[in-house]
Amino acid sequence: MSFQSVRRVLAAPTVGPLLALVLTVVFFSLKTDRFFQAQNFSLVLQQVLIVAVLAIGQTLVILTAGIDLSVGTVMALGQVVMTKLAVESGVPALPALLIGILTCVGFGVLNGGLVTGMRLPPFIVTLGTLNIAFALTHTISNDLTFTGLPKLELFWGRTFTINGTDFTYGIVLMLLLYAVAWYGLNQTAWGRHVYAVGDNREAARLTGINTNRVLLSVYTLAGLTYGIAAWLLVGRTEVGDPNAGQTTENLDSITAVVLGGTSLFGGRGTIIGTLIGALIVGVFRNGLTLIGVQVIYQYLVTGVLVILAVSVDQLAHRRRA
Amino acid sequence: MSATSPVLEANGLVKKYGQVVALNGTDFELLPGEILAIIGDNGAGKSTLIKALSGALQPDEGEIRLNGVAVNFRSPRDARKAGIETVYQDLAVAPALDIASNIFLGRETRRRGPLGRLLRLLDKRGMRREAARHFEELGIGVQSIGQPVENLSGGQRQGVAVARAATWARRLVIMDEPTAALGVKETRQVLDLILRVRERGLPVILISHDMPHVFELADRIHIMRLGRRVAVVTPKTHTMPEAVAIMTGATPSELDQALTKKGSDE
Repeated sequence: MSFQSVRRVLAAPTVGPLLALVLTVVFFSLKTDRFFQAQNFSLVLQQVLIVAVLAIGQTLVILTAGIDLSVGTVMALGQVVMTKLAVESGVPALPALLIGILTCVGFGVLNGGLVTGMRLPPFIVTLGTLNIAFALTHTISNDLTFTGLPKLELFWGRTFTINGTDFTYGIVLMLLLYAVAWYGLNQTAWGRHVYAVGDNREAARLTGINTNRVLLSVYTLAGLTYGIAAWLLVGRTEVGDPNAGQTTENLDSITAVVLGGTSLFGGRGTIIGTLIGALIVGVFRNGLTLIGVQVIYQYLVTGVLVILAVSVDQLAHRRRA
Repeated sequence: MSATSPVLEANGLVKKYGQVVALNGTDFELLPGEILAIIGDNGAGKSTLIKALSGALQPDEGEIRLNGVAVNFRSPRDARKAGIETVYQDLAVAPALDIASNIFLGRETRRRGPLGRLLRLLDKRGMRREAARHFEELGIGVQSIGQPVENLSGGQRQGVAVARAATWARRLVIMDEPTAALGVKETRQVLDLILRVRERGLPVILISHDMPHVFELADRIHIMRLGRRVAVVTPKTHTMPEAVAIMTGATPSELDQALTKKGSDE
């Protein structure tokens, strides 16, 4: 391998995050014997699942130089809608599920519509919809948890076994969603336009790209991923829980995206990086739990992590400018 | 001159912003294969005229004809569809995307067959090949067509924008202060590029503040003042000070003086 090609490999955008992931894994493997085991990795994947899927939508939004703070509560609303309809209102499983997912899509359309139509900053729009979705979640559910769910809604929680280790079907779906997102972003004109809109919106508009349509599609698809995440969450917890998705999901999804090397300034980043970023978050939480660090310190660590990652992003941005 | 009909012409364009009259019934014509410079003081209506011609705004009155056919551009996209491309001064490129992606931005080509039709798969290799060919034709040297635009110098970036315009323009290219953001050496590269665009047979409308550049490149010079075309001169018939005198609205006597002087020189 020549010096040039070594440099090119090191300059690839996913190398930094991957290195960080490997170092994290090595660190926890040295700290505790319970970490480096197949069953534990399966557990990490399950714990990462929801954040990883939310982070797909978050990546799309951040690539356009936006941010979505409504991820967690929109997902919570979606799962409360789909479970309440199925359990209390007697709606058949499939329509109940679809209405739940469509609720999340609707919030995506709302976010996108306000960002493009009213030209409002995504930060404020999604802070608003975060609260709207939060309020709806609690009024619709009356703060009750829904149990006894139909099989369809629990599907992704079912498991299969490889070499004696259990994996959920949800993990397969997550990987599939990443594959689809990768294809869309890297192999289609739409993906180019997403990057271009985040990179230089005015230039994108001047080349004839309908930037509003691109932004609207991004927020709508993000809403769809939150809806699918709601389905996955129901499969994992087997209940419709109004208190889900309101603690760490927002920050964790943003942390995953930024740790994965996507710039908050838009236009730069990879979806594979986001998957790695989500794994870093998951490994940290899992590892800290295994070595007996209290949950409250895990918040502290993720808080520090995201600020570190954003600082790196800021420094890189300054160097480019 | 009467034998060649204009590629683009406008008659009696008026654009008002409230009390402010930006265009006061101006005429305009661009002939095949020429570089037409537009000069005028700030507020003379240069950019309003250009915006009207490129579809960025709609005139209140007047008519625009492309190849003799009346057109009504409601957006820059309409103008682009009609074969008019515009290069802006502020380097309108997406810096994180590579050169080929920038050239094809908004006009990506897909693979042939079901991969392109159903899966909308991009023809990346084809686009790179095409972009590389255009770069070679225009004599823009870059190491790799696959490198991000942000790795390029300002002149090369504007080269990307000019190449994009030249690639897609079927009728004409509008260049709005294309060198305003560039250094001396980079400006030179872009000026040479503009000449090569004309060599390919595309007429160019060039808006510039820089008189020496205008006089070096332009075949004809459209001079604007107070929202009207006050004169069309050529670098052969008029000197720079004369053009500036017309542009700034020198008094009739001053103008006469300048013109008599020119007459006696001949």
